[in-house]
Amino acid sequence: MSVSTQCALFSLSAAGWITRMRLQVGHWFSHGRVPYAWLVLSLVAVGVPLVSGDYWLNAILIPFLILSLAGLGLNVLTGYAGQTSLGSGGFMAVGAFATYACLIHFQLSFLLAIFLGGGVAALVGLFFGLPSAKIKGFYLMVTSLAAQFFLEWVFVKFPWFYNYSSSATISSPPITVFGWAIASPLSKYYLVLVLVSFLTWVAVNLTRSQVGRNWMAIRDMDTAAAVIGIRVHRSKILAFAISSFYLGIAGALWVFAYLGSAGVQSFSLQRSFQVLFIIIIGGLGSISGNFIGAAFISLLPLLLDFLAHTFFARMVDAGLLQNLQKVIFGSLIVWFLIKEPEGIARFISHLRGRLAVWPLRF
Amino acid sequence: MLFLETLIGGLLAGTMYSLVAIGFVLIYKASGVFNFAQGAILLFSALLLVTLHEHGVPFVLAVLITLVALILLSILIERLVLRPLTNRSPMTLFMATLGVSYVIEGVAQGLMGANVHALDVGIEDVPVFIGDLMISQFDLIAAITAGVLVGVLALLFNKTRIGISLRAVADDTRAALSIGIHLNRIWQIVWAVAGVTGLVAGMLWGTRQGVQFSLSLVVLKALPVLIIGGFTSIGGAIVGGLIVGAGESLGEAYIGPLIGGGITPWFAYFLALAFLFYRPAGIFGERAIERV
Repeated sequence: MSVSTQCALFSLSAAGWITRMRLQVGHWFSHGRVPYAWLVLSLVAVGVPLVSGDYWLNAILIPFLILSLAGLGLNVLTGYAGQTSLGSGGFMAVGAFATYACLIHFQLSFLLAIFLGGGVAALVGLFFGLPSAKIKGFYLMVTSLAAQFFLEWVFVKFPWFYNYSSSATISSPPITVFGWAIASPLSKYYLVLVLVSFLTWVAVNLTRSQVGRNWMAIRDMDTAAAVIGIRVHRSKILAFAISSFYLGIAGALWVFAYLGSAGVQSFSLQRSFQVLFIIIIGGLGSISGNFIGAAFISLLPLLLDFLAHTFFARMVDAGLLQNLQKVIFGSLIVWFLIKEPEGIARFISHLRGRLAVWPLRF
Repeated sequence: MLFLETLIGGLLAGTMYSLVAIGFVLIYKASGVFNFAQGAILLFSALLLVTLHEHGVPFVLAVLITLVALILLSILIERLVLRPLTNRSPMTLFMATLGVSYVIEGVAQGLMGANVHALDVGIEDVPVFIGDLMISQFDLIAAITAGVLVGVLALLFNKTRIGISLRAVADDTRAALSIGIHLNRIWQIVWAVAGVTGLVAGMLWGTRQGVQFSLSLVVLKALPVLIIGGFTSIGGAIVGGLIVGAGESLGEAYIGPLIGGGITPWFAYFLALAFLFYRPAGIFGERAIERV
């Protein structure tokens, strides 16, 4: 056998191997395996407490899930219906304080209280969404700031909301759900996991239904949407209400499953920005993007902290680190808006597409 | 008498809001960007000025160095943020300026510390009497400064070549490009000019409440002003500032006691909302015409 034939055979078999691998890899990353991916994801979500300590549950996983839920709420309004809002913190506060009122003043059970709290937040959101009939864009954004500042004021000024406590904070009473005491980090984690999964499932279906399609039509161009017969104002207000419902639940969980006790300053404008950053980084108009963005925003400070302590143990103090974090967050926001305006979620789906045809290019 | 004093005090305080709002309007007119970073720029310039001054740099030199820094900053923002984002939606640009404001705040505080600095520009905050009315001297001088600044800006816009190109860009970006106006250069100039108004506002606000992080929150005070006046009119920014200033102090004096006080953070916003229902694009703003 001549050398050239050997080479040809070798390259043929190499090509065959590559093709086989390509098909396998491609199959893995194509949509055929999506149910398996879900299975793995839920196993991880349920099983993770078995390997992680209470610190991880309390300080990372629980806030991560709650922030994802808050991101989901804002994403319904901003990513799907196209109405920018800087009032997320205010609506989270409504959910938290209304849930507290239901628990303390009306002695309701926790699940009922939290959904009622979400409902109250939805009503408040609906009210502040009313101007969206006449007002658009930045002008509407300023309306949401009015909501933010007004709600912050309300929950400081009227002691009824925090049960006349001298510190103006609300503290979580003992919670039971269907007779189970929710006290340990593990039970809190599962409570949050169940609620967030359920609400995410609802949101996925909502965005794929007529309602969600109407929102997206309005987002892309509301005049055109009105022309094809969508009731623009009704859809916008619905988006405000549903978004606030999700934010309200997230706010309630933030107090009752994460912090344990909090005042209105936990829901300041900074919180609104944080939720906005989650959806920009994760992906506007994407459900998985909220989780990715929230994971990113919860893990980045840890990573920075770790790097600072390992490499510059004595050179970086806490204040500098905080400023560094701000600079990095800010630059990332700008970078994402320039390079990947649809966020990490889009980046990942892109990557999946590329892997599916690897090593060919498209 | 009390009413008149409250009103005049409010109007004068309102000119300080106007100063911040003018920086917004300039940038919005020329580049269609709702610049959230204006507050951060204000903080940055005031902090730089005060830090230089505290390190023994003469005041005038410190102002000049700050001006140079502001020009460099505008060029950087134009190069790194605005140019790559040309033709993106206004909302995207707004969010980008949110990111920019984080970067500027982080850099400013990282380099120059988060302490409160006292800034003394040689104006005493003492009351003066005009007839029977008691008015703060500082407010009066701030109002005059704002007036002078607006006059200078008006001259710049109406009489100079740069100003006329600026107005051309604001009017119709594409037409301005087609007659050979250098768009990127115009953006840099506008951001620098807005930075200078930020510096003036930063100096005045800094004198009043000390140079510290909360200075960047002044931007939140300017938003209702913009809503009332409209995003595209400097005159609107002035009138809006006056309305908000007067409304706030009258509201705090007369409505505040009825519902528990401390209403200034949101009162201006509700005032702005009330205006929006009648004039959805502000008093002097241009009404957008939508085409499908």
